[in-house]
Formats: sequence, structure tokens, C-alpha cells
Amino acid sequence: MTQVRIDINGQVLDVPAGISVAAAIARFRPSMRRSVSGQMRAPFCGMGICFECRVRIDGVAQQRACMTPVREGMQVITDG
Amino acid sequence: MAERYDIVIVGAGPGGLAAAQAALAQNARVAWLDAQATAGGQVWRKDFQHGWPQRAERVITKVLSHPNMTWMPQTQVIAAEQNELLLQNERQALRIAYGALILATGARELLLPFPGWTLPGVTGAGGLQALAKQGWPLDGRRVVIAGSGPLLFAAAVTAKRHGARVLGIYEQANQTAVHAFARKLWRWPGKALQAAALRSQLAGIPYHYGSIVTRALGERALECIEVDGPRGMQRIECEQLAIGYGLVPNVELAHMLGCAMTQEGAHPCVQVDASQRTNIANVYAAGELCGIGGRDCAWVEGRIAGIAASGGTIGAALLQQQRHARKFAIALRKHFKLDPYIHDLAEPDTLICRCEDVPLQALKDYDEARSAKLATRCGMGACQGRVCGTALAELGLFPRSGQRPPLFPARLATLGEFASSSDTEGSIS
Repeated sequence: MTQVRIDINGQVLDVPAGISVAAAIARFRPSMRRSVSGQMRAPFCGMGICFECRVRIDGVAQQRACMTPVREGMQVITDG
Repeated sequence: MAERYDIVIVGAGPGGLAAAQAALAQNARVAWLDAQATAGGQVWRKDFQHGWPQRAERVITKVLSHPNMTWMPQTQVIAAEQNELLLQNERQALRIAYGALILATGARELLLPFPGWTLPGVTGAGGLQALAKQGWPLDGRRVVIAGSGPLLFAAAVTAKRHGARVLGIYEQANQTAVHAFARKLWRWPGKALQAAALRSQLAGIPYHYGSIVTRALGERALECIEVDGPRGMQRIECEQLAIGYGLVPNVELAHMLGCAMTQEGAHPCVQVDASQRTNIANVYAAGELCGIGGRDCAWVEGRIAGIAASGGTIGAALLQQQRHARKFAIALRKHFKLDPYIHDLAEPDTLICRCEDVPLQALKDYDEARSAKLATRCGMGACQGRVCGTALAELGLFPRSGQRPPLFPARLATLGEFASSSDTEGSIS
């Protein structure tokens, strides 16, 4: 399977092409964001409704990781 | 200047796909948009390893390559005005105008609060399916599937296919209700075949009736769950819990457009006539947002809407198919009716609003969503009440409140586009 190289929180990783950013993050860490009261959160609805998988992608904040396919050279930052 | 299309279709599941195919066959110029990166919707979501289901792939490929088709992936409707939509995709905001609009926005899962439901590792049932198809790591992981309805079988099959150890399916409905439903399935041969195919792929996975997940436990992520069932309370260790209590129509866009609604239990759905017309001129709706009816129902209604919106004639056979498909929905609702026990699982400190971390106890002094929102921020976060508002309606606490633009969190540049034109061209509908 073709791999793409992405950067998650400064760590360079090779992941299969065609997977979502959420799936890429989940291969390395269990959570994606910290809630307003500090709880760790991860994707819940899986289809872009709940916004629990929000991360920063290529400098743009609040992107839903479950709806974004990985792209070569992508920079992802999680806060949880 | 807004690009104009004869027909704009919102939603790329079976309903939107059938509508697109039918409209293209009538020579209409079609724009077709979806929030996801690939067509197929939830039920025909493309699997990164296995592709689309065969039937879906054939039609999707044909529709997408049609010269009259403009496909707009990763695009959401932010606001609507007279015969125009304001859209936002990954890069920009854009406006498009339509002769007719077909809403095929489908459904989301009914996700209900219980202690521990915010832990990483707890997802919807269809939610886990969607995640797995996009590469969510399940290989060797212990997965429990729970909640209610036939979707649980499909979720279990997808999880297994992606290497999960599915420990069991826990259905809240009792054995008598599920068996009564199964006995009726012969009336919908397509559904019966689907069920038989799923069952054969689930050999060896135990199916439990009358069982309710009451709690999820874990330090930083899910470690175990508690299930209350005919054999009393038991604890099950697992890394993933996929739990969904059926589906709820996505009516936010229809609501904002002013479409008349009916209630299906605690949740609104769009009212349509036999040609899938809503009460708003040139606006049609097809599939789950008109009431949960499943894939086949969405397909038939999409076809009807596509033909009607592009000025074609709808055959009697198609209308007959639609009525038959809708009867399935009634059977489904009756037999998988939720046990009231599920409405009482949340404890005073269980978070109801996951965006703003508002616990149940903070909501007890309010009797409608708007005052609760103003005082507690419940429903004010990024999901705009799609999860908590729906749950609170199901729990019988507050009815769902209306929808105002922006329909989804929007960039300032997008809203700027909206404000500038509405100042000069008319009011927000």
C-alpha cells in the first residue's frame, strides 16, 4: 500500500495513503484534543457531527480529523 | 457572481446519488456536494482498503464522470438565501444558485449520554464503522458493539473485517421484539438478503438481547464497560465501545430553509408530498431526513426527487416502491423501540454537552433549550447542539431548538461573503 509522510506534533510518520488524519493520529496516540475542562477526547461520531476530533492541520485550527484525508507533507498538531 | 445550476443536490449518500443519476438522465446541469471527501454517504462510504460496495461504485463512477456533473467534495452549506447557497470548502467560500434544490442530508446516529461516554475509545456504532473504513486501527483490538437496531450487525461486520476481536453485540431490545422484526423481513427481500449476508459473516460473535451498557470506565481511555442484561450486571474489558441507538434525520439545512417538519418520536423530519416536494418552492427532500427508512427507501426517494426536480414524469411503479420501502421504517421503529431505562443512564455529573462540558445537574432548572444555552453554554460549542440537543430531545428534557446560520462553524472570510451580499441583495432566509 502506498505510504504518505506526515508530521504529527513534530514527529515524522509514514501512514497508508487514503486514510483519515484521525486514523493516522490514532495509530500513535489515543486522544486528539483536550476539552474545556481538560478531559482527553477522541473521535466519537466518526462522521463530522460531534467535532471531538478537532486538530490543527497545516496551520488551520479546528479542522475535523475524521473528515480530512492525509496528504503528503501534512503538518498536524493536536492539543490532547 | 453565483454560478447557476439547474439542480443542486446536498448529500452524496444513496438518496443524493439516485437523485443525481435521475437528474442527469433528464439532461439537467447538476452540482452535487457533500461534506465528506468521497461520495457514498455513510452507508456506502468508501473503504480505504476495500473501496465502495460494487453496486455503489458502478453508479458513483458513472455519475461523477458525466459532463453535466460538477462534484463538490468536502463542501458544506453555511447559509441560504433566495435560490442561492453559501458554501465553504477546504480552501474558499463560494455561492451557487439553483433552479431546484434537492436535500439528501441523510441521518446521524442517536448518541445518548451515560457515565463515561466521553472517554477516548467510546464511539458511535456507525461511527466506528466510518472510522474503520478510513483506516482507524482495530487490528487485534477488543471491540464491543452495543445500542439498538440492525446497524449493529453492519458495524460488527466492518470491525471484524478490519481485524477487530468483536467480543459481542449487545442489543437493548428484547428477544421477542427482535424476533418479531426478523419474521417480518421477508416482505422486504432486499433487507432479508442483507441481513442473511451480515449474519453469515458474524458466525461466532455472540448476540445478546435486552442488554444495556450502563457505564464506561478507564483512566485516560476506555478500559472496561458495565452491561446490564438478563444475566445481571457484568463487566467486560475492551478497548473500543461502538454504541448507537439508531438514527436521527439531519434536518438543520431544511430547517433553516423554512421547510415544514413533522415529528418522528422526539425528532423532527421533513414533510414532503408524493413527488418529494417540501412546502418551499423548488426545494425537494429525499431519504433519511424525511424519516428514517434505510438505504433502499433513500434510493427510491432520491430517484423520485431527481425526476420531479428536472421536470420528468414519475411512474406509478416507483411510487409503489416508495410506499413499500417506507413501511419498513415503521416496522423498524416499532420493534427497536428504546427501553426507558436508557433515558435514565446519565448521572448528575455526566456531561451532556461534550463541547462545553456541561453536566446534567446544571440543566435541571431549565425547561427549554434556549434559556439553558444562554445560562450554561449547553449546545453553544462547535457541534452546535447536534449531539446534546438531539440527546436532550430524546431524553424528554427539551425539544430541539431551531437552526440559524451559520449551519457549521465558518471562517470569517466565508461569513464576510455572506454579510456583504445579504446587505445588498435581501434578507437571510
